[in-house]
Amino acid sequence: MSSSSVTSQFTIGDLRGNPRRIRKERGMRLLLLVAAATSIVISALIVYTLFKEAWHFLVLLSDESGLGALIDDGANPGWYPRNGRFDLPTIVIGTVLVSLVSIVVAAPLGLGAAVFLSEYASPRTRKWLKPILEVLAGVPSVVFGFFALRVLGPDLIQPLFNTSQTTSLLVTGVAIGFLVTPLMASISEDALRAVPTSLREVSTGLGARKSNTVIKVVLPAAVSGIVAALIISVSRAVGETMVAALASGRLGQSPRTLDVRDPGLTMTAAMAQVATGSDQVVGSGPVFQSLFFVGALLFLMTLALNMIANRIVGRFRNKY
Amino acid sequence: MNQQQSNLEEHYPMADDHIDGVVTADDRVVFTTKDLEVYYGEFRAVREVNLDIKQGEITSFIGPSGCGKSTVLRCFNRMNDLIPSARVNGEVLFRSVNLYDPQVNAVEVRRRVGMVFQKANPFPKSIYDNVAYGPRLTGVKKKGDLDAIVEKSLRDAALWDEVKSRLKASGMGLSGGQQQRLCIARAVAVEPEVLLMDEPCSALDPIATARIEDLMQEIKNKYTIIIVTHNMQQAGRVSDRTAFFTTEVNPESDRRTGVLVEFDKTATIFSTPSDERTEAYVSGRFG
Repeated sequence: MSSSSVTSQFTIGDLRGNPRRIRKERGMRLLLLVAAATSIVISALIVYTLFKEAWHFLVLLSDESGLGALIDDGANPGWYPRNGRFDLPTIVIGTVLVSLVSIVVAAPLGLGAAVFLSEYASPRTRKWLKPILEVLAGVPSVVFGFFALRVLGPDLIQPLFNTSQTTSLLVTGVAIGFLVTPLMASISEDALRAVPTSLREVSTGLGARKSNTVIKVVLPAAVSGIVAALIISVSRAVGETMVAALASGRLGQSPRTLDVRDPGLTMTAAMAQVATGSDQVVGSGPVFQSLFFVGALLFLMTLALNMIANRIVGRFRNKY
Repeated sequence: MNQQQSNLEEHYPMADDHIDGVVTADDRVVFTTKDLEVYYGEFRAVREVNLDIKQGEITSFIGPSGCGKSTVLRCFNRMNDLIPSARVNGEVLFRSVNLYDPQVNAVEVRRRVGMVFQKANPFPKSIYDNVAYGPRLTGVKKKGDLDAIVEKSLRDAALWDEVKSRLKASGMGLSGGQQQRLCIARAVAVEPEVLLMDEPCSALDPIATARIEDLMQEIKNKYTIIIVTHNMQQAGRVSDRTAFFTTEVNPESDRRTGVLVEFDKTATIFSTPSDERTEAYVSGRFG
């Protein structure tokens, strides 16, 4: 030891490390930072455009017919953007009704599937059932839309609920319910599997049947995760566009209705149809801008839902 | 109700005699295992266990890790059923009824044979609801009845005085030792005949351990106790009989299988064991 310290002086340079390696490491960090920042920048740009155009819409509308036009209190209220009639309740009610129907469908189906997968299915059954559920989650929503339009509406909902047409808010809601079932199932299953096995063991050891253990121990312990799953599913249903545009029964305009069995219009469908028909729309009043206004409103709705869900999920993580 | 179940009741009218505390520590045999073997898939975890568990006694299972003592313990209330790959050969007779008879419903077994686990694991519910969980399963609904059972069970578990003012508080807010006593209260609330304890003190400090050991002595005339422990001093202190398990390595497959080496009065096991492997283990030369 002493002989080596005589032959070469030990300096700070020996501990500084390889400069090339250090530069590489910094470069790596920068690259990853850019990737992470991109999504933030894009989100910020979307929000900026959305709210700028939404504001523009409000200005144009108040110049033309006053902001009171957003809630039409006339005899036949409705969303007729090309006629300058922007009755917000029409499309908001449409969205709320569709979301309610879809969650009534998706909650029991999704939770049931989750309980089965997590508590009842043997590892072997789980192995083939879970991928099938994931395939269902990967079906493009336009496919669901056509399924709703051609099968679900005429063959199931119309005869069952005696609707006037094959398309209705109900058809859309049921189809979206099927669409979000895998999502509901997957998040609920995560919540159920996060419940410690020891709790199931104790319950079993106390002479509980499986159904007792599920109802009295596992579900209560996972309740916040399940609520989060519900909210995320609602949020997904609120934002679903293609099914709503295809199966709700109205094209870009609709009278206000409170009956799910009627054809109607959701916020997303209203936007999509304005957007696809924009060649006829440009220059004719604030129709084009209405798209952004509705979009901003949708954005706020789903943002609020996701924030609530995040808060609940956070609470459920700290539980054990 | 099938015949096997009524047999269970007939051979052991569970409710009446031990509630009143009239059970005498006689030589009544609670469990007999006959060539008990447990497999996990192809792997034989433990082989040819033959022993008798006597009523009103504390029996301890000791031995090195992997010797199958917990596996055997979990046969006495069919907890191994929860492991899909587990398979049991031989017989476990509970009051002369084979627990692994196809007609036996494991739920009925577990209501008679309770279990306390290594890790104190209260439900994320109130202290009261933890203790009342089992009785509610068996259909006790009246508030007065439940109150009485909760108080009695908490008293049995020597926890009543510490928690009587906060029964509605979460069971998870108690200290580790209190949580384990809560788990004992929860297990005795269904008035089992036997209490299986799987290393109940391994996560507790010496003071909390001493409390649990005192408790075991107090309740052993009401509940036959089988305890798995890594702590030989604990086995020596608390138990009447001790079973020593060890592992045997199959030289061909290099797999280890648990075997019961010796089963005798605790004093004998610790002073004059008949098998040299037992002597090596209890004197600290092995394991």
